[in-house]
Amino acid sequence: MTLSLSLEKRLEPTPWVPLLPALSVALALPAGGVVLAIAGTNPWEAYKEMALGAFGSLYGLSETVVKAIPLLLAGLGVALAFRMLFWNIGAEGQLHLGALGATWVALNAPDLPAPLLQPLMILAAFFAGAAWGLIPATLKVYAGLNEIITTLMMNYIAILWMDFLVYGPWKDPHGFGFPFTAPFPPAARLLKLPGSRIHLGLALGLAAAGLLAVLLWRTRVGYEIRIIGLNPRAARYAGMNIPKVTLLVLALSGGLAGLAGLSEVAGIQGRLKHGLSPGYGYTAIIVAWLARLNPWAVVGVSVLLGGLLVGGDMLQIAMGLPVTMTYILQGLILFFVLGMEVLSGYRLILRRRGSSRAKT
Amino acid sequence: MELWPLILLTLAAAVRAGTPILFAALGELMAERSGVLNLGVEGMMLVGALVGFMTTQKTGEPWLGLLAAGLAGTMVSLIHAFLTITLRANQVVSGLALTIFGTGVSGFLGKPYIGVPAEGFPPTRVSVFGDLPLVGTIFFQHDPMVYLTYPLIPLFWFLLYRTRPGLNVRAVGESPESADAMGVGVALTRYLCVLAGGLLAGLGGAYLSLAYTHMWIENMTAGRGWIALAIVIFGTWDPVRVALGAYLFGGVQALQLRLQALGVGLPTYLLMMTPYVFTVLVLVVATRETVRRRIGAPAALGIPYARGE
Repeated sequence: MTLSLSLEKRLEPTPWVPLLPALSVALALPAGGVVLAIAGTNPWEAYKEMALGAFGSLYGLSETVVKAIPLLLAGLGVALAFRMLFWNIGAEGQLHLGALGATWVALNAPDLPAPLLQPLMILAAFFAGAAWGLIPATLKVYAGLNEIITTLMMNYIAILWMDFLVYGPWKDPHGFGFPFTAPFPPAARLLKLPGSRIHLGLALGLAAAGLLAVLLWRTRVGYEIRIIGLNPRAARYAGMNIPKVTLLVLALSGGLAGLAGLSEVAGIQGRLKHGLSPGYGYTAIIVAWLARLNPWAVVGVSVLLGGLLVGGDMLQIAMGLPVTMTYILQGLILFFVLGMEVLSGYRLILRRRGSSRAKT
Repeated sequence: MELWPLILLTLAAAVRAGTPILFAALGELMAERSGVLNLGVEGMMLVGALVGFMTTQKTGEPWLGLLAAGLAGTMVSLIHAFLTITLRANQVVSGLALTIFGTGVSGFLGKPYIGVPAEGFPPTRVSVFGDLPLVGTIFFQHDPMVYLTYPLIPLFWFLLYRTRPGLNVRAVGESPESADAMGVGVALTRYLCVLAGGLLAGLGGAYLSLAYTHMWIENMTAGRGWIALAIVIFGTWDPVRVALGAYLFGGVQALQLRLQALGVGLPTYLLMMTPYVFTVLVLVVATRETVRRRIGAPAALGIPYARGE
């Protein structure tokens, strides 16, 4: 007897589509619990520690928002690029370039007043990230290169470039040989919410989400981006300039990730140092996909994933578990959301060959 | 040191550095030939590297470790196969999830093994062949895993171009509708190819922890999985050209390490960039070539197949 699984289209999508991010997190936790149990940890205890750490106190909540800021900015960039089916896996590198740009301004114009210095840093970060995004976009548009590989290779190049600078020419002469630059002047530090580490980057992120929503649904270019994403062939027949839109989108996408880099160096660290990002650029991909590439949803999902990162730090501090646990959960969340997206539009049918159908 | 022995040694090092990528790229070639893009190579390699190392460390048997690594890679790839073939989920995102998951699992479970020694594969000089001038030094003074790859290259070529199953794989990757109409099981073929890809990525990962180095380091693949994906494009989905690509890349890696060791004026971090920059440059050349000769990716690559939709 042979069994086979197949899919059948549902007449109407199931109503739980908006709940997918939360549902996939709920399913990923027990699956990740298996890994915790293998490592000899009580999953229940571990998750309690994570949840309390991230959401159980005002301090925890503020730290969750702090981690959500780079995820929000980079996640918006990734969502925009994915909308037109440009698989920008390079947010991590674009983020590093943004940090380099902001740092370059902060270290070279330390005497400027904040109202002049900070806009300059923001511009430098945006343009540096945009430039890093434009390289794979140009290679794709004019040479047909696969953007997945190029954006990823450029992540490694960007991180090594930053390491070269902080271990070499940009190293703090008074830093006892540690791989970081001199501290930024006070004028280069972003404004903070009193009593927390939440900084102006949050406002940047929220503004960017709003602008992106306007761009996507209220402008001609936004319309083109959406059509190219839905049906590239139709877009081409309609006479849309796909190369131009691609370059514009990647400049914006990379620029937003660049702002995430700025928010880390000017909002949190106060200098550029080795190990700037714990993979924000990769987590941003998950943020974008969970948010179904919707800018407003990116805001909410980045807080959810920010909480996961804070929870991961708590696991390390309180239970001595490696932070890599958060990657396991991130991967699992993505698996479940992918699976459930399909099952919200299709029914899974288990067929026994030669007999009637049995629903699962 | 004299120049000639130095060149020979660098070429021999190129073969070793290319071997993990060769394993992974041959596996990815099979998956892509059947129409499934798997961006999880990096994750599968990491899991293979760790499981291979753990098993060898526990049992003292590198061959058992190799087997376990292959199985682990296969298991991880099964997730991708189920999501993208049965559930027809987005292949790009599923593959990325696989890499993130594999990075996490190997980092998490591998923590206690950092800095722990294990035997792994010793260098084994092949008799007769190893004594040949030039060829012997470059190809036959390595470890058993390198020798394992030599027959794989013609085997994959033969399988793909000269056998019925190979024809089926290519048909499924080019035109699943026609293959289906001819009675070829599209889903089954794709499952087998993705799992083969997982197996080989697992072995490639194990090469790093059992032969290239004899230790486990978190994230020890350092992008080799992604480079393998680039090599498949560079090699235009052909096993022989993919092998050449892997060795070429190994050459860049070996040269880069050699220059670091010699202490030429260039900063280490800039030298470390070269493999990644080289990969992009190689893609530029390869893509121009594929466009000119009109040989491209398998036509159904990345597209889920559903009968009658």
